[in-house]
Amino acid sequence: MNLATFIQNVLNSLTLGSLYALVAIGYTMVYGILRLINFAHSEIFMLGAYFVFWGITLVHLPWPVAMVLAILVTASLGVLVDQVAYRPLRDAPRISALISSIGVSFFLQNVAIVFFQAIPREVYRPSWLEDPILMGGVRVLPLTLFVPLLSLALMLALVYVVYRTKTGLGMRAISKDIETSYLMGVPVNRVIAITFGIGSALAAASGIMWALRYPQLQPIMGTIPGFKAFIAAVFGGIGSIQGAVIGGVTLGFIEIMTVAFFPDLAGYRDAFAFVLLILVLMVKPTGLLGERPEDKV
Amino acid sequence: MRKLLLLSLALVVGLANLAFAADDTVKIGVFLPLTGQNAFGGQLELEGVQMAHKEVGTILGKKVELFVVDNKSDKVEAANAVQRLIEKEKVQAIIGTYGSSLAMAGGEVSEKAHIPQVGTSCTNPLVTQGKKYIFRVCFIDPYQGAGAATYAYKTLGLKKAALLVDVANDYSVGLAKFFERSFTKLGGQVVSTLNYQSGDQDFTAQLTKIISEKPDVLFIPSYFAEGAIIMKQAAELGATFKIMGGDAMDNPKITDIGGKAVEGFTHTTFPYDPSMKNMSAMAKKFTDGWKAQYPGKEPNVNAALGYDAYMIILDAIKRAGKADPEAITKALAETKGFEGATGSTTINATHDAEKPVGLVVIKDGKKIYEGEIVPEL
Repeated sequence: MNLATFIQNVLNSLTLGSLYALVAIGYTMVYGILRLINFAHSEIFMLGAYFVFWGITLVHLPWPVAMVLAILVTASLGVLVDQVAYRPLRDAPRISALISSIGVSFFLQNVAIVFFQAIPREVYRPSWLEDPILMGGVRVLPLTLFVPLLSLALMLALVYVVYRTKTGLGMRAISKDIETSYLMGVPVNRVIAITFGIGSALAAASGIMWALRYPQLQPIMGTIPGFKAFIAAVFGGIGSIQGAVIGGVTLGFIEIMTVAFFPDLAGYRDAFAFVLLILVLMVKPTGLLGERPEDKV
Repeated sequence: MRKLLLLSLALVVGLANLAFAADDTVKIGVFLPLTGQNAFGGQLELEGVQMAHKEVGTILGKKVELFVVDNKSDKVEAANAVQRLIEKEKVQAIIGTYGSSLAMAGGEVSEKAHIPQVGTSCTNPLVTQGKKYIFRVCFIDPYQGAGAATYAYKTLGLKKAALLVDVANDYSVGLAKFFERSFTKLGGQVVSTLNYQSGDQDFTAQLTKIISEKPDVLFIPSYFAEGAIIMKQAAELGATFKIMGGDAMDNPKITDIGGKAVEGFTHTTFPYDPSMKNMSAMAKKFTDGWKAQYPGKEPNVNAALGYDAYMIILDAIKRAGKADPEAITKALAETKGFEGATGSTTINATHDAEKPVGLVVIKDGKKIYEGEIVPEL
């Protein structure tokens, strides 16, 4: 493998990895606060992507406007999902909310199949994204630089929200002990609604980025990135925002480099990712940056 | 006493069922992927079936009834779908499906229940292998893969080939195998074979590797949705080699999704395309009928195969003189020179259709039917 090919592969990994990271941040946020694995995240991701391209093709909005609107609509949808599917189950055993999230996931996917039809649709990309920049033998898509930067910016913004704001304080309190938070006057439902709003906005942002990178829309488009991001989140230590980013990028590198170095095994790169996940969890069950769960007395 | 009562009741119900089956309608089941990754082809095939049904709605003075079940592009669902068509709807014949893996799963059920099944575009040899009740209106992968290889090597003069194969898909693996066999036999060289899995959306690692091997042609026996993404990513990575594929890439939307990246892409397909010159009378009838029924929408070969699958069953019923599954099966096996939208079809000893391999190339954002080729196996 020559240097140009290697650098090309590093860039490929970085693009894929930061896309995973972006999806994983949304997963990990909801989990961190509510201890709930929100399986509907994949479908929110898919809807976010559809909304943007609707805004552009049906309402003829300019790019940035369509994107901001889609993120806002998706965030509200996320809050709505929480109100309808999770809030009534707040006091129920955790498994009930998990099952409810699987239900929401199937529901949204089927609604999408009915309304958007199952056939894949084309994605309109702004022209500045279409043309790769040539540097030596290496081709860089503008998106390749844009997505990691966006992931990093979002991660920093989130860390700020969680550790420096009052809402963030509420989130951390709820994550430790939801009942005591109620008693201490934390507006629990509002904080949780905000969490879902942010999580869903992130899902929309990543759905849009994904659709730009792999330009095709279909109702099942969220499933595979959703699973991969979930693995990334667990790998990085579920509940940790920094962990999600590290997990996502690592997973991207594993997948691409497996193919680059062992081309014969290219069809089984998912298996490689899983094997690594299992190994990490055997050595460090909480993931790379996960906290040791505290025993409640 | 009570046992006897129950027994007679069961008998009455059973008889009623039997009487119902011999009703004055002919029941034809359809199982196709209407959702999931193969939905694109499945929906087109269904539209072809429905168009044929609208055109000819009665046979032997009986009304034909269609029962459509979505197999969701899933092997387990495909088997369930056929089960449901046979047990619940009591169909006499089944049409389906797009996708060889799905056809194999559904075919097992049909074979056990002794209900004839006519595949639309499932091209893997295993679909009909050793089966008495399974047929198809399309040719098989060895034929098609060899067709692509022959065209690449002999007509275009390309000597080095690379392959990108979906290892989780029988269709893809089959086509790749026969492309490689024929290409190397002709004197060509396969420089690399890389894999992916259905559902993957990132092919950059494989494509980077392939580009570094500098082949003249890349053969991607993939489904349409993945194929379009592969070509986009290849273009972004700076690939300049020729790209070829199989019939699963035959879709009117390919130029919308692929854009500039699909320019020059060539794929093998069944001998039908709306852009073909010297269209046969049946092909013309199908094309005109389609344009009248779905204005503003291009027909494609999948729709034509759906149309043919329906027509070939009616033809068999007509020849058999009755719509009973065994009689239909026997008549289907004896089909010779059936004139359909996709040319003249003869069902051979292995229950596959014999017809030439068509070639379609994309030029200036349009699909152009290049002609036909006789593959060197």
